[in-house]
Amino acid sequence: MTGAARSIPLMGGDEEPTIFELSSPGRRAASFRTTDLPDWSAEDLVPAALLRPAPVDVAEVSERDVVGHFTRLTHRQYSVDLGAYPLGSCTMKYNPKACDDAASLPGLANVHPATPPQYTQGWLELLLALGDTLCAVTGMHDITLQPPAGASGELTGLLLMRAFHADRGEAEQRTKVIIPDSAHGTNPASVTLGGYETVTVPSDDRGCVDVAALRERLGPDVAGIMLTNPNTLGLFEEDIVEIAAAVHAVGGLLYYDGANLNAILGVVRPGDMGFDIVHMNLHKTFAVPHGGGGPGAGPVAVSERLAAYLPGPLPRRAEGGGFEWFTPEKSIGRVHGWHGNALALVRAYTYILLNGGDGLRRVAEAAVLNANWLRHALRDTYDIPYDRPNMHEFVASTTSLKKASGLKAIDVAKRLLEEGFHAPTTYFPLIVDEALMIEPTETESPQTVAALADALIRIANDPDDAKDAPRTTPVSRVDEARAARHLIPTFDARP
Amino acid sequence: MDYVPHTEAEIASMLGDIGLASLDDLWEAIPEALRLATGDFDVRPGLSEPDTLAEVERLAAANQSLLCFAGGGAHDHEVPATVRRLAFRSEFVTAYTPYQPEVAQGVLQALFEYQTLLCRLTGMEVANASLYDGATALVEAVNLGVAASGNQRVWVSDRVNPQWVDVVRTFAAGTGHQLEIGATPPDGVGVVVVQSPDYYGVVGQDITAPDGAKTVAVFDPVALGLLRPPVADVAVGEGQPFGTPLSFGGPYLGLFATHMEHVRRLPGRLVGETVDTEGRRAYVTTLRTREQDIRREKASSNVCTNQTLIAVAWAIQLSWLGTSGLRDLALRCARGTRYTREATLAIDGIDAWSDAPVFREFAVRLPINATAVIERMAEEGFLAGTAIGEDAMLIAVTERRTRDEIDRYVATLQKVIS
Repeated sequence: MTGAARSIPLMGGDEEPTIFELSSPGRRAASFRTTDLPDWSAEDLVPAALLRPAPVDVAEVSERDVVGHFTRLTHRQYSVDLGAYPLGSCTMKYNPKACDDAASLPGLANVHPATPPQYTQGWLELLLALGDTLCAVTGMHDITLQPPAGASGELTGLLLMRAFHADRGEAEQRTKVIIPDSAHGTNPASVTLGGYETVTVPSDDRGCVDVAALRERLGPDVAGIMLTNPNTLGLFEEDIVEIAAAVHAVGGLLYYDGANLNAILGVVRPGDMGFDIVHMNLHKTFAVPHGGGGPGAGPVAVSERLAAYLPGPLPRRAEGGGFEWFTPEKSIGRVHGWHGNALALVRAYTYILLNGGDGLRRVAEAAVLNANWLRHALRDTYDIPYDRPNMHEFVASTTSLKKASGLKAIDVAKRLLEEGFHAPTTYFPLIVDEALMIEPTETESPQTVAALADALIRIANDPDDAKDAPRTTPVSRVDEARAARHLIPTFDARP
Repeated sequence: MDYVPHTEAEIASMLGDIGLASLDDLWEAIPEALRLATGDFDVRPGLSEPDTLAEVERLAAANQSLLCFAGGGAHDHEVPATVRRLAFRSEFVTAYTPYQPEVAQGVLQALFEYQTLLCRLTGMEVANASLYDGATALVEAVNLGVAASGNQRVWVSDRVNPQWVDVVRTFAAGTGHQLEIGATPPDGVGVVVVQSPDYYGVVGQDITAPDGAKTVAVFDPVALGLLRPPVADVAVGEGQPFGTPLSFGGPYLGLFATHMEHVRRLPGRLVGETVDTEGRRAYVTTLRTREQDIRREKASSNVCTNQTLIAVAWAIQLSWLGTSGLRDLALRCARGTRYTREATLAIDGIDAWSDAPVFREFAVRLPINATAVIERMAEEGFLAGTAIGEDAMLIAVTERRTRDEIDRYVATLQKVIS
């Protein structure tokens, strides 16, 4: 193969003081607009009893101090722009720069959310077009863009489920939601907040939902099932049509966790599989950057029979032309203070315009090709507990390596950081021992995927070297137990 | 324009390596009847970058810019160049949640500083590393209060932002909390929610919680530059005023701080200081057993992805403001608000909604329909405020509004209502 791949470890091995330690009394960065307003004192404006006795001790720093400090912090931070980030289920793909520019346009960024709709026609049109496209991608009928993250989308979906059953007089009867043992932790946590009881269904020896076990759990007390498809093992649930029919037969609904939607763009749609409610993680599939842990966006699309319950307000075409807001008649209510993470929605819409339907299909193809190629490259070195064609990710394990040489999944992860790659997701899903969940994504080149395979094989072949890793990163292994035992949640809590 | 780097030859070579003849063979596990036929995927073809940006620019241009006197949970504050440049650095923008602390000290330390700043501002002992927005932070605070008091009766002051109360009500359908809204809390409730400055801008109203109730105080981070911090079990607020433009309502930032006695019930992520194997100072997400990926159905919250980048921008802006700048900012908002309020109330037909002291926002009673006033003012280039009922309007004034802008606003308002 021609073409080089490059990955480098982070620099920045020296401690960076906190902003509070950089503070020098009297120093300042802030300046304000000239307003020509009367310079009333604080006592003129607010009753003395309500005033703070002393200013908040923030930090006293120059602008140069602020810029230097936070820039140095960025040198101690790995990111997609620096190199490959094969975190399974997180879809750390490249985030196109045009999407940043789009979300920075003053005509979008400087609009107050309570502005009358006749002055925000561009925003309404954009949100409606994004929603329509996401419905086309998922095969659903209607959508809310309000949920600001995947977990929020899950809970929104469960509340929609609850409203649907309540409307049929079945609120008391349906108390359970089924989830597979391979599910993300947000699923059961959301089920509890949705007022339901979690019932776990085991996976079969092929890594998919055990359909016989599922049938045993189905009955008139089931509100629905939450599935990720492809599931967290990276495997497509081959029996999905049978599962959907069985759940629908007892009056339950199917919820699609869109964490892994990237694998099937333009290939197969949740709506066609029989799902009633679908959330998408726009920060995974549609390249909204993860921001170090948000902001994301978790729109929820539904089939026609659930549309009346969606959170409002929703955008639609007005009869006399233009666009307007409306709230569905049986809406469950707002799930966000305003219209959701609007600028994140702009990034996703821009990404969709760039890729188009043809590009989205190529996304799925290359994501699945990269993941299958990497599984093949590693299968002679690592255990692959479910060694059959996978989708966008697969799960490897160090069980045999651990027996032979003591090499654990965490050692592989930490040693890989020295190679200049981010680590895969470790110890998840919970049903695989010493799990390494690997998702290369479609935007890594074949050369990079090959370099990643080489690094992982090299690590397995020198297990002793991995146990002290990482040594070339800004800090070595951190003492997580101590952080929890002697909690220091702020600079002021330091001993 | 897609971002897949693979050439045709590379695809063929990779397929060969894994024993497949074509890309279609990748979908073997998907039942054939479910697979989309060519042409069934109804999404228009991709565009080039300039064509795409032209389309988004067209949409942006279809929004009309209005001079902002609206608040109600979203405020038009200055975002300095320092914040815009630093928070757009790709190391912050394109990182994931700091699961591997050895290569995530940048985000972790920024969040540690964010938590410290939020605690200094609120007088609390512990803050999480962000929630989605003020409204959803309030939902989490109510959940903590119910868990701590063991009582699902939740009383919410009628002075709390009604849009936030809507959100609390939506999620109460799942948790089964019983909401009561009113002017004074009755005995027997488990949680009491108050807001200061309240939705109508008023500061200093005194509400005493009944015995045994946990208290949640909604605060405004700008006001705390001048005012005493809340006394409560949990303090929550909207973080947008520091570092985030109006953004049509998001992404914003849910501020959440509490006392150490509640730390095991804290929702979302928490960063703590520790050391690495060589004894160097290091940061890591901690008390992780509260969280959904470990505790699953018994977790303190379902929050996973939150608003880290917005929290980092918040910390950068507050650092830039500094000790004296934060106080100046608050003072400037209060001055502009006083000036605007006096001039507005001097208009014939406009009455005060309340005589109580206000901070950055105030309500007025109008002689005509508030929505009509807002529409007429918009024709003149002003976002006049937000309607609160038929004939009342909420007006907000930040440090960005000059005397000239305010004078023009007041003159136009006078014209519109007469």
